[in-house]
Amino acid sequence: MEPSSFNIEQRPDGAELRLSGSWSIHRARPSFDPIATALAPESGVRRIGFDATGLGDWDSALLMFLVRIVNLCRSRDIEVDFAGLPENVRGMLDLAYAVGERRGARREHTGNSQLAHLGEAVLGIWQDAHAMTAFTGETLLSLAGLAKGSARFRRSDLWEFIRNCGPDALPIVTLISLLVGMILAFVGAHQLAMFGAQIYIADAVGVGMAREMGAMMTGIIMAGRTGAAFAAQLGTMQVNQEIDAFKTLGFSAMDFLVLPRMIALVLMLPLLCVYADFMGMIGGALVAISLFDISLLEYANETRSMLDLADFAVGLVKAGVFGVLVAMAGCLRGMQCGRSSSAVGFAATSAVVTGIVLIIVSDALMTVLTTALDI
Amino acid sequence: MATPPIRVSGLTMAYGDFVIQKDLSFTVERGDIFIIMGGSGCGKSTLLRHLIGLQQPARGKVFYGETSFWEASAREQAAILRKVGVLYQSGGLWSSMTLAENVALVLQEYTDLSPAEIREMASLKLALVGLAGFEGYYPSQISGGMQKRAGLARAMALDPEILFFDEPSAGLDPVSAKLLDDLILHLRDSLGSTVVIVTHELASIFAIGNNSVFLDPDTKTMIAQGNPKELLSCSRDAKVRNFLTRGAEGR
Repeated sequence: MEPSSFNIEQRPDGAELRLSGSWSIHRARPSFDPIATALAPESGVRRIGFDATGLGDWDSALLMFLVRIVNLCRSRDIEVDFAGLPENVRGMLDLAYAVGERRGARREHTGNSQLAHLGEAVLGIWQDAHAMTAFTGETLLSLAGLAKGSARFRRSDLWEFIRNCGPDALPIVTLISLLVGMILAFVGAHQLAMFGAQIYIADAVGVGMAREMGAMMTGIIMAGRTGAAFAAQLGTMQVNQEIDAFKTLGFSAMDFLVLPRMIALVLMLPLLCVYADFMGMIGGALVAISLFDISLLEYANETRSMLDLADFAVGLVKAGVFGVLVAMAGCLRGMQCGRSSSAVGFAATSAVVTGIVLIIVSDALMTVLTTALDI
Repeated sequence: MATPPIRVSGLTMAYGDFVIQKDLSFTVERGDIFIIMGGSGCGKSTLLRHLIGLQQPARGKVFYGETSFWEASAREQAAILRKVGVLYQSGGLWSSMTLAENVALVLQEYTDLSPAEIREMASLKLALVGLAGFEGYYPSQISGGMQKRAGLARAMALDPEILFFDEPSAGLDPVSAKLLDDLILHLRDSLGSTVVIVTHELASIFAIGNNSVFLDPDTKTMIAQGNPKELLSCSRDAKVRNFLTRGAEGR
């Protein structure tokens, strides 16, 4: 196949461009420079025509070339005469210029400037705080509705979420809390062994799990597991206009979608927390028994004498608070989701980040509070 | 050009044991605007998915030229699909990319055009479908009709020899649907493409179709084929007449 080429000829009545060969986006194409030179303002060309007798096959490569010429000629006020082009080429060019650009439509794609991104993130803090406050308010109103008995959602949804947030999460909670208990035991044992006080491993693990780590680890697990799932579910519903459908059919999205998720998580997280507490203690016992020569009975007695119900209660309250926060973060991000697939991914990520931040911050506050109140 | 671009022989489509359509045999000639028609749920879109390599037939063959698509190697299949452009029912645009990026992605992947040329080419394709100036928009920021046209711009990115349309005029107002029909005709005439359209829009079927198959959900096979206008005047099948006359006849 003959490669694409052209030559441009100056005539008394204007320039003539002779096109030849076959033009394809998959093969080499001639440089545009000779045309730019030939049509330069000082050349005095007022008109350009075409001769396509030597033209073979063509595709968009030729169209792109011609569009460049047309744009150049328009900017330099040169008349373009399409008469010499094959009819189907003319047809495509007509099509390309048939619908002019809608005025004001063009937008420059801002690109991915890190600085711009940072600026947008900072400006977003205020909006975010606003959205979170509004969402908290709506949630409270919904809860008030629930208390009055006017909130409507499907009971089967609630059971589904309870199963999902509770029993389904047991394997991962087991694994993590067992390991956390073992880690606590190792860290404590190292220090305590210096005083020959290994038996206090039981105290360290017991108090650590019951008051802090049990609740915090389950909270973080649930933020990554369930909070992200909530955000992705609601985000996808947002993309598919399912949430719009709820709204127009007169269902409150807060009642129907957010409440059951929140109730399920708030009910299940404390239960998981108690389970995690015991798993952690078992992990600690494993380390103490196998490495530090402490009998199971000694370990159990020491744990029981150290812990009282208040320690567990602190953990339980924390777990309840984390449940509210994780559910809110997940649902908020899901409801805020934009209408694209990347927005769903962003919502899920953002739900986890928000959830974990809220957990740690509130945990710090509650720990200070319980210490100050001497609970 | 003796071999037709697409030939289907003895095709049976099924999900597990559930047969959707069986014994489909037809030929799409070069330059045809070929309509796959039939009532809702008869398997039109499934047939399209079989043609474009998204779903494997239970039995039968789909020939592209001389090659049987489902017996070809993965490399040959990819080469065939490179010559094919598809406009999906809801556009199928990648929502995390701008319109220009949607069109540009295939160009980056399969041509050696420079980045500047790719930008120009993407603008050209968008201009061809009447979306000049919308390069920087995301699919979620434009209307459904515009998404369809942008989907067409992407389908045309590599100057395909065969264009597939899944319900192109669904969800479009009559004027936009007419414009899209005109665009399809124009592309066929200018580029010599072969066009396969799944649709049940009678206006489009008669306006642009010159060949067709009619799928029937009850007998689970094709009960008519040929030029839709001739089918309207000559077919004796009550179901076909009923469909083509919007239920005015044949009941």
